[in-house]
Amino acid sequence: MTYKSDIWEVFIQSKNGLAHKHVGNVHASDKKMALDNARDLYTRRNEGSCIWVVKTSHIVSSESEDSESFFDPANDKVYRHPTFYKMPDGAKHI
Amino acid sequence: MSTLLKYTLRIADNSLILGQRMAEWCSKGPTLEEDIAMSNIALDLFGQANGFLEYASKIDGQKTADDLAFKRDASNFYNFCLVEVENGHFGNTMIRSLLFDTFYLLFYKELSKSQDENLSALAFKSLKEIKYHFRHSQNWIIRLGDGTKESNKKVQESLNNLWKYTDEFFEIDNVDQIMIDQKIGVNTSLLKKEWTEIIESTINEAKLIKPSTIKMITGGRDGKHSNKLSSLLKEMQYLPRKYPNAKW
Amino acid sequence: MSEKLFQEKIDSEKKIEPKDWMPEKYRQHLIRQISQHAHSEIIGMQPEGQWINRAPSLRAKMILLAKVQDEAGHGLYLYSACETLGISRKELINQLHEERAKYSSIFNYPTLNWADMGAIGWLVDGAAIVNQVSLQRTSYGPYSRGMIKICKEESFHQRQGYEIMAEMANGTKEQKAMAQDALNRFWWPSIMMFGPHDADSPRTGNAMKWKIKRQTNDELRQSFIDKTVPQAQVIGLTIPDPDLKWNEQRGHYDFGEIDWKEFWNVVNGNGPCNKERLDHHKRAHNEGRWVREAAKVYAEKNKLN
Repeated sequence: MTYKSDIWEVFIQSKNGLAHKHVGNVHASDKKMALDNARDLYTRRNEGSCIWVVKTSHIVSSESEDSESFFDPANDKVYRHPTFYKMPDGAKHI
Repeated sequence: MSTLLKYTLRIADNSLILGQRMAEWCSKGPTLEEDIAMSNIALDLFGQANGFLEYASKIDGQKTADDLAFKRDASNFYNFCLVEVENGHFGNTMIRSLLFDTFYLLFYKELSKSQDENLSALAFKSLKEIKYHFRHSQNWIIRLGDGTKESNKKVQESLNNLWKYTDEFFEIDNVDQIMIDQKIGVNTSLLKKEWTEIIESTINEAKLIKPSTIKMITGGRDGKHSNKLSSLLKEMQYLPRKYPNAKW
Repeated sequence: MSEKLFQEKIDSEKKIEPKDWMPEKYRQHLIRQISQHAHSEIIGMQPEGQWINRAPSLRAKMILLAKVQDEAGHGLYLYSACETLGISRKELINQLHEERAKYSSIFNYPTLNWADMGAIGWLVDGAAIVNQVSLQRTSYGPYSRGMIKICKEESFHQRQGYEIMAEMANGTKEQKAMAQDALNRFWWPSIMMFGPHDADSPRTGNAMKWKIKRQTNDELRQSFIDKTVPQAQVIGLTIPDPDLKWNEQRGHYDFGEIDWKEFWNVVNGNGPCNKERLDHHKRAHNEGRWVREAAKVYAEKNKLN
C-alpha cells in the first residue's frame, strides 16, 4: 500500500453469553471499514453475534522478558485454589 | 409466458447479472479485504438469483433454474440496463451498486409484504443482505467522494454516466400493473421519492453533485439490452451450451 | 535468551510467540516460508478465478466463488501471521512484485477446461492440505493458529474438486476425456508441490530442528500419493505414471522419477503463466492505488481512523 495501512485486531463473540475472542486482524483506513472488513473476513461461516475491532497500536502487551516477574509469583499462592483446603469427612455442598 | 413468471424473472435476472459483474472483481480488488467483501456480495446475489429462479422454474413447470440461467438468450433476460453495465473502475462499480442497492432496499421491503408467499419469503431473506450491500456501497461512495480530488472526479463522472439508467427502476408497465392489482407486485413508482431522498443525502455527504436530468435509457425489463449483456451471457453460458447433454 | 534456551523451548514443544526472543535466522526462515505460503494463496486465486464466470451451474458458481474467496481469506490470515514477525504487508507485496519472494509453481500452469477446477481442488488443495495439516504443529504460535483456522475452512475444498472430477469421469465421453486430461496435466506438478527431495533441500535441516516443518518433503509427498491413488481408482481415472505401484514391503506406493528440470524451470520463472500471474496482481494493485489513497485521506480529514 502507498500508506502504511492501519491494522485492527478483531474479537468475535460467537453467541450471546460468551466472551469475545481474538480471531486475527484486518487492515482498514477507518472504523467502519475495519468493522465491515472484520465481518466479511471472520464471520463467513456463522461465527459471530458481535464484533469488536481495536486498533493494534492501542493494545498494551506485557513483554516476554517480564514474564517471570509477572507470572511466577502466583505459583506458590496455592491458598487461592479451593483444593488447598482440608474439609472434614461427610461435609457436603461446600 | 405468464405474468408472474416474467415478474419473477425480472427480479432473478437483476441479481444474476449484477452477481456476475461483482464476481468479475474476484482477485482484482483494491485491497485484499475488499476483494473478500465483493465476493460476499456476489455470493449473496447468486443466492438470491438461485432462489428466484427456482421459483420461476416452479411456475414454468418445465425448465430448471439452471436452464433459465444458462439457456436463455439476451432478449429473454429482463434485468435493468444498469446491472449489465461493465464494472469500469472500483468507484464506477460502487456508484452502480449504490444506485441499485438503494432501490432494491426499498423494493424488497415492499415485496416482503407481497400476497405471494414465495416472493415475500424470498424478499424477506434478500432484504437482510441488501441492507449490508447498501451500507457497503454507501460507505465507499462517501469515502471516494470526500477523499482526494482525483477520487471525487472519478466517482462524479461515474455518477453522471450511470444516472441515465435509473428511471427504469420506477417504470410501471402491464406486467407490473397486473401484479400490483393482485397485491403481488410492488408499485415502484411510489418508491421514487424516498429513493431520491436517500441518494441526495448520500451524494451530499460525499460532496458530489446530483446529475441534471438527461435522456433516460430503459427497456431492459422487456429484453432490450446493450451488446454488453450478450458478451456477458456468452461467457456465462459457454459450457452448458457447448455440451448440452452434459451434467456437471 | 540464548539460542540454547530457545532450542530447549522448541524441544519441549513450547510455542514461540511474537514477543519472545528468537534467532534472526529462525525469523527470516519463517518470513520466507509464511510469505511464500500467503502469496501462493493469493496468486492461486487466479487460475480458478478465471472460471467463476464460466461455471456451468449456479451451484458450481457459488461453490467456486466461495472457495476462491476462502483463498483470499487464507492469504490474509497468513499475511497477518507474517506481520507479527515485524514485516509489513506492503513490504511483502513489494517482494512479490520484485520477484524477491516466490509462490507455489503449481499456479503457473494454465486452466484449460472445467475439469481443471476438479483437478485443482482434488490434487492441488489435496497436496496443500497434507502440508498444512502437518504445519498445524509448527513451532511459531501465529503460524500454527493460522494453519488450524485454514485447515478447518479448507476441508470442503478438496471435496468440491473431487466431486467435479467424479461427476465428469462418470459423465459423457467428452467429459471423461477432459477429466483424464486434467489429471494428466496436474498430477506431476502437484507432487512437485512438496519441493525437492530431502537430500536436495538445504534448508530442511534447520526447519526440522526448529520444528517450523514437522515432516520432510519426501514424507509429505509419499503420504499424499498414498491417499490419492485409491481415490483415482474409485472414479476410474488413470494416474499418468507407469512406474506407480503398491510396494507391499514398504507399505507405500512406489512412483516414477520426477522431472526436476521442469520443476526448476517453472520455479525460475519460465512456466507457462509466470508472467501473466504476476502482471495480473500488479495491475490490480496499481489500479487500486487511488482507492486506497482516497480512503486514507477521507479517514484523516474526518478523524475516523
